[in-house]
Amino acid sequence: MKKTGAQIVIDALIQEGVKVVFGYPGGVVIPIFDVLYDTENLEFVLTRHEQAAAHAADGYARATGDVGVCLVTSGPGATNIMTGIATAYLDSIPMVAITGQVATPLLGTDAFQEADIVGMSRPVTKHNFLVRSINELPTLLKQAFYIARTGRPGPVLIDIPVDVSRAVLEDYLYPESVSIRSYKPNLDGHIKQIRKAAEMIDAAKKPVIFSGGGIIHSAAYDELRELAEKTNIPVTTTLMGLGSFPGNHPLFIGMPGMHGAKAANYALQECDLIVSIGARFDDRVTGYVAKFAPNASIIHIDVDPAAISKIIKVDCPIVGDAKRTLRVLNEIVKPRPVDAWSDKIAIWKGERLFSYVKSDTDIKPQAVIEAVYRETKGDAIVTTEVGQHQMWTAQYYTFTKPRTLLTSGGLGTMGFGLPAAMGAAFGAHGKTVVAMAGDGSIQMNIQELATLSLNKIPVKIVILNNSYLGMVRQWQELFHNKRYSSTCLRGGILCKSCPGPEKCTKKYVPDFVALAKSYNIPAFRAETVADITPVLHQGLGIDGPVLMEFIVSAEENVFPMVPAGKPIDEILEG
Amino acid sequence: MSTRIIGIMLENHSGALSRVAGLFSSRGYNISSLTVAETDDPTISRMTIVVDGEANVLEQIVKQLNRLIDVIKVIEMVDDDYVERELVLVQVDSTKSTRHEILELASMYNAKIAAVSHSAITLEIAGAKRIVEDFISLVKPYGIRELVRSGTIALSNKK
Repeated sequence: MKKTGAQIVIDALIQEGVKVVFGYPGGVVIPIFDVLYDTENLEFVLTRHEQAAAHAADGYARATGDVGVCLVTSGPGATNIMTGIATAYLDSIPMVAITGQVATPLLGTDAFQEADIVGMSRPVTKHNFLVRSINELPTLLKQAFYIARTGRPGPVLIDIPVDVSRAVLEDYLYPESVSIRSYKPNLDGHIKQIRKAAEMIDAAKKPVIFSGGGIIHSAAYDELRELAEKTNIPVTTTLMGLGSFPGNHPLFIGMPGMHGAKAANYALQECDLIVSIGARFDDRVTGYVAKFAPNASIIHIDVDPAAISKIIKVDCPIVGDAKRTLRVLNEIVKPRPVDAWSDKIAIWKGERLFSYVKSDTDIKPQAVIEAVYRETKGDAIVTTEVGQHQMWTAQYYTFTKPRTLLTSGGLGTMGFGLPAAMGAAFGAHGKTVVAMAGDGSIQMNIQELATLSLNKIPVKIVILNNSYLGMVRQWQELFHNKRYSSTCLRGGILCKSCPGPEKCTKKYVPDFVALAKSYNIPAFRAETVADITPVLHQGLGIDGPVLMEFIVSAEENVFPMVPAGKPIDEILEG
Repeated sequence: MSTRIIGIMLENHSGALSRVAGLFSSRGYNISSLTVAETDDPTISRMTIVVDGEANVLEQIVKQLNRLIDVIKVIEMVDDDYVERELVLVQVDSTKSTRHEILELASMYNAKIAAVSHSAITLEIAGAKRIVEDFISLVKPYGIRELVRSGTIALSNKK
């Protein structure tokens, strides 16, 4: 079939089952947008900034497990998606980013809106391509999707010069299959290693299961639960793994690490065996590595061999897909009774994993999150930005289902949550989508209120406004003698001295409620404890986008906290 | 710190080289030498990298090399069970009185004479790194005008 490069791009998206594309037009992608103009079966959502398009594609991928797609122009359009690509890369999110490029004869000439995007994105993509000729376009598109979604998933960027988009291929046929000689992910764990793991589990006195985002990517939730229930081993999941094991399950001991549950941290430090599945021992989890889990042998199941023994030396490495490997392991592992270790864990766990000092006068951010949990019956998709509200969400919204917490765990990208929620809404299947945000983060992609409004995307924005960049302020309070350098969002160069948040007379800007209304989005503000539930009732009851702002206690801290570089059982509790 | 020689078979196309190099540079590791050229299969290049670094970090880099989509195979040169060679061209000052000594050194080291002028000799020596470095240090007192090293290439003896 005769097709132009631009037509091939859109046809490939449809063949790959893509339902929605987020992006922004520009000079060199006009031919592709021209094809979009009368394409049915494919929704194109115009964001107000390219970064948001990348985060939206990422959010869609996180919510559905399908490949998220964004489409932007060359130069600044493409540089603007770098943060979004890096965010997806660090959390292993399947994504295809299509960027336009200047025509091939102009490559390397500093042409208008030219940037070396393949060079720039190399360290933050799983793979990338510069398409040099229309002849290779169909194969490279096929490979891009294949690489993005297989093995350890990740973002793939495909850079398409405008002359390739305009060129015509006489005998176009989208490839049915793909084979890359140098890329064959190993999915089946070695049976000898799995047997060894089963023996280690049988022999252990104090085992802990430590699982991560890999459980979600491999859809191994049932298998994880079966392993835990068969062996009565307590489960801690990383931030990326929250929801992959029910947060209300008796065997769940919370998220570990810097702001993790005491039960999880104590269990890891005292255990004699860690069964790690699809988790990569991030430094926010391990704390001081040399003193992490000092008595533990480690089994590590991961589809990415490079993740194994990267941070922590592993005794039983198993390279394979979590679901497939756990199926085999569950067959051969012996059941374990509830024992003294279970009792000890139960004492650490206590009545609840996390607690805070409640207040009748001030709105506690944790109380807002608990209220959101109640009002959404724990069944919403919740995105976060990055900072205190992110940790409070992880602590106080009990995630019981996979793909319900969408958060930038690896890169820690402020500005992620609102556009990610936008993307997630396209794959939410009727679930409420809540964008949990701080007043700092929300401003990093606030322009997307326009996208929400015009497309009636039903995202419920919750802003916990403490008028600070709260997480950095917390570190300044605890470790820098309360020297709040550049973290007050009411402050600026006109502040000569600071009377503190209570006595400060400066007005907070923006007025989020007025701002939302200017975008034609209904908005509500809660300023007292009594307002919390009514505001949520009103806001969550409205179809379409809503913004709810909660003026929370300004200097609330996230606890427990393990100071950076300390072992994870040296816990500050406020 | 330890020195490693790593052989890499990779797809012979643009971007592959900088992908490999990026794994070292992103850790602040300097590559001591890197050579790359097409193999008997024109779609495959073979690269030899010599790098100094912490053993565990290098082990991690090798795993990440294997993860690169363009990398077909990584061959580590270990246990002295490999052949390594390097080619050096060196132009040495020579006078009537020193020429003879230089040629004698060259003959001892199996170095070839690549070019001769009134005031200089260009010598060509191929061999293991240790041998070519010995040779360089021996001709240095005569005055090295210019020197170029190809970087190490290596083949493992293991099947």
